[in-house]
Amino acid sequence: MAENAKLTSAEQIVVKFTGDSGDGMQLIGNQLTALAALDGNDVNSLPDYPSEIRAPTGTIAGVSGFQMCLGDHKIYTAGDAPDVLVAFNPAALKHSAKFVKAGGIIITNSDSFTEKAMTKVGYESNPLEDGSLAGYDVKAIPMFTLVREALADMDMPNPAKDRCKNFFVMGVLCWLFNKQQQLVLDFIQEKFGPNAKKPKIQIAEANTKAFKAGLNFGETTIMFQERYDMGAAQIEKGLYRNITGNDAAAIAIAAAGHKAGLQPFIGSYPITPATDLLHLASEFKDAGLVTMQMEDEIAGICSAIGASCAGNLAFTTTSGPGLALKTEAAGMALILEVPLVIVNVQRGGPCTGLPTKTEQSDLLQAMFGRNGDSYMPIIAANSPADCFDATFQAAKIALKYRTPVVVLTDGYIGQGSCPWKVPTMDELEDLTPYVNFWKPEDHPGEEYVSYKRDPETLARDWAIPGTKGCQHRIGTLEKDETGAVSHDPMNHHNMTVIRKAKIDNLAAVLPEAEINGADSGKILVISWGGTYGAVKGAVDRLIADGKSVSGVNLRWVWPFPPNLGEIISKFDKVLVPELNMGQLSLLLRAKFLVDVQSLSKVQGDPFREYEVIDKVNEMLGE
Amino acid sequence: MADTQLTKKYFASNAEVKWCPGCGDYAIMNAVRQGMVAAGKPRDEVAIVSGIGCSSRFPYYMETYGFHTIHGRAAAIASGVKVGNPKLDVWVISGDGDSTAIGGNHFIHAVRRNINLNYVLINNKIYGLTKGQYSPCSEMGQISKTSPYGVIDYPMAPLKVAMGLGATFIARGLDAKMKLSEEICIRGAKHKGFSMMEIYANCVIYNDGAHKQLVDKAEGDNHCIVLRNGEKMIFGNEEQFCLVQDGFAIKAAKVADVAEADILVHDETNAEVGTLLAGMRPDNGLPIALGIIYAIEDKKTYDDMVYEQLAAVKAKRGRSVDDIMREGHTWTV
Ligand code: SF4
Repeated sequence: MAENAKLTSAEQIVVKFTGDSGDGMQLIGNQLTALAALDGNDVNSLPDYPSEIRAPTGTIAGVSGFQMCLGDHKIYTAGDAPDVLVAFNPAALKHSAKFVKAGGIIITNSDSFTEKAMTKVGYESNPLEDGSLAGYDVKAIPMFTLVREALADMDMPNPAKDRCKNFFVMGVLCWLFNKQQQLVLDFIQEKFGPNAKKPKIQIAEANTKAFKAGLNFGETTIMFQERYDMGAAQIEKGLYRNITGNDAAAIAIAAAGHKAGLQPFIGSYPITPATDLLHLASEFKDAGLVTMQMEDEIAGICSAIGASCAGNLAFTTTSGPGLALKTEAAGMALILEVPLVIVNVQRGGPCTGLPTKTEQSDLLQAMFGRNGDSYMPIIAANSPADCFDATFQAAKIALKYRTPVVVLTDGYIGQGSCPWKVPTMDELEDLTPYVNFWKPEDHPGEEYVSYKRDPETLARDWAIPGTKGCQHRIGTLEKDETGAVSHDPMNHHNMTVIRKAKIDNLAAVLPEAEINGADSGKILVISWGGTYGAVKGAVDRLIADGKSVSGVNLRWVWPFPPNLGEIISKFDKVLVPELNMGQLSLLLRAKFLVDVQSLSKVQGDPFREYEVIDKVNEMLGE
Repeated sequence: MADTQLTKKYFASNAEVKWCPGCGDYAIMNAVRQGMVAAGKPRDEVAIVSGIGCSSRFPYYMETYGFHTIHGRAAAIASGVKVGNPKLDVWVISGDGDSTAIGGNHFIHAVRRNINLNYVLINNKIYGLTKGQYSPCSEMGQISKTSPYGVIDYPMAPLKVAMGLGATFIARGLDAKMKLSEEICIRGAKHKGFSMMEIYANCVIYNDGAHKQLVDKAEGDNHCIVLRNGEKMIFGNEEQFCLVQDGFAIKAAKVADVAEADILVHDETNAEVGTLLAGMRPDNGLPIALGIIYAIEDKKTYDDMVYEQLAAVKAKRGRSVDDIMREGHTWTV
């Protein structure tokens, strides 16, 4: 009996789920994330999809995963090696067992270890019996048998019963992590009960029974001698929800439009892993968000530019190869000088690359991927929740400076989730002052001149079609201040200088970079975008160990924050971990003439804290 | 604004027009201005979007809002302008290279959506701005800088393509027939939906005589037919030819050889016949169809449906952004 299982307190636990891609790994992962968050833990999660929607079942290629970290303190990543792996079949076990922390728990469905299933993935003998998992605490649970027993009195076919195994596992985990079962029961009712959007009463009942069977199993079996308890994390007060980066960006688009008093507009085209953003945004018709799914990536950005020209707050959403296709049109927004936000959820490249895997390898594309001298601001979201703020800030800068702005997120933060402190619309910055359309009534006695500029921001005067008496022509050819086509060499020189200066000047008003740790020392670790969490966690631990290490996160990647050069100058060495072959390193070297060391990783997987720690220790000679 | 103020001149900018003397685009610009007069919108509620090419300089010559954009993408940009502000009268001016080669995809889908744009495809069967390369509309055997031994691509018939996409308005004009081009632009401007206007033009520099078969003083009218709704399909410089049914096809005949009742009468709402008319070519023994080939008004436009759907979802779900932000599991710390 495990009723007296020892209750150990844990600061953080990393859990990984793996199973067939049709098996609902993301669902169960999200449920445990929500459960932990509702219980006061901080959580960070990372889904891991195979690129085929339903790759052959029971094969390694078809394994879908979901990793999460819950803790009683601020959690910055989905964690390093899992403490607990739930592997639903032999393929999942074969795929993921090697990632588990030494001595970690592996929960698996022993009923799925048939001869056939094991042979399919190359197990010559049963790994649950042959001692090959000796270094782990393996819990082989006959899930189908137990779930079918629990649902014996229900009139359902066995395959339908077997699908309830996920809630059985939730029951086991709820017991193992000492969470409140009521939260899961409420969730089942919400999702399937009589008041659900699509009520499925029988499924609600079956899942409830399976869940309780899981709880009871934990309590009564001798399999578990230990369970874990975790306190609530110290989190800023407020209303929270769990959110993915893609969803956060979609909501930010609607919010920014409303705060600017403009119709929000997305012109886009489906592409992994940015599609979820478009899915959610397409539901926001009631909030006045227009989405046009166009015929291709080019049309996506072009329709957005058209809508911007007509006075909408326009966005286009994409991922790496899509950004490549949008190149020329992005240059058009730049030379027309109209606001546009390009949200790029980066994935493994080049070309089609690894569509479902994360990478940060579009930085140089965002920076230089256009013909001509064509600088545009780049902001990188540093967490799923930060995708909201980054997208909102991008909209503000786009409006204020009449420029396209790139928001870089990535598959990790786009699809990963974390708790988000939900703002109210009232709390968000009013963007109407940045819209500032040129109207004759505001400028008595003045003629509208399309490329006349605000002396401070260098943003041009902008009159939209429909404005009385302001009809004018703009185009993608070089033009003079009046908008008239000009081939004059000096004019082109001056206009190019102005377009660059406009972006350079932005640096002066950007927030200063904040240092995590001492403002001078041996090593400065610079993160950007999705590497924020791993670097933050690593630097915190290194500082706690008394190492002379500090960290800086770049939110605006171009232009650089105004104080970055000074910060860098106070450290002996600079390390930049990034999920590419050293793209930010290249920019930093070029800009500050500093010998940046690059820690590259392009394995479709975010950095783990230990990888950063190991590198820093190596640089410290320790 | 009083109608009297809306004149062709009212829509003319004071920029110097830089097309070659004799270029077909002049006549077409005149027709488009006439169309704008007919549409009745003040010039600050009109937007013209163009791509790249000789004809795409058009917006600079018009005293309206104008966007000279990038090669091939005008249809997509204009779609954004129209959805962004459906009150605007939005025109696209494009060439055969711009619309059917690099911009083929956008052209196709703009027609398919029936978005309320006035689309003028100026077809001179050549790339002019880049100095004379063949386009998808060039004829087999045509000599150009990139086809010194003759074109071996089969030509595209943009209007026939448009019919396949469920177009609601297709018309074909000819630069030399100025009055007809004006009529087309006026009807096109008034049509609610995607107005597909192909206007044949000459390029005096790189494809002089692009449509010489049609403009020939003696023979030209024997090779084209100007369609008029409700009228018999009779053509020829002496009105000696007509069109009659031939099984599921159309054939040309001499008026003298057929019973009067057998001569087809143009019904601009007949999609099947419209498709046949759009594809007629002299090398198949048929005249080129000019005028309004097909026009229906009862198909909803994309831009209208966008706003109908916004209103319907608002009425049904009615969430504010604050509501949306608070959806799903929330908890208070
Ligand atoms: S090159 Fe041809 S199409 Fe271009 S302006 Fe001259 S005549 Fe017109």
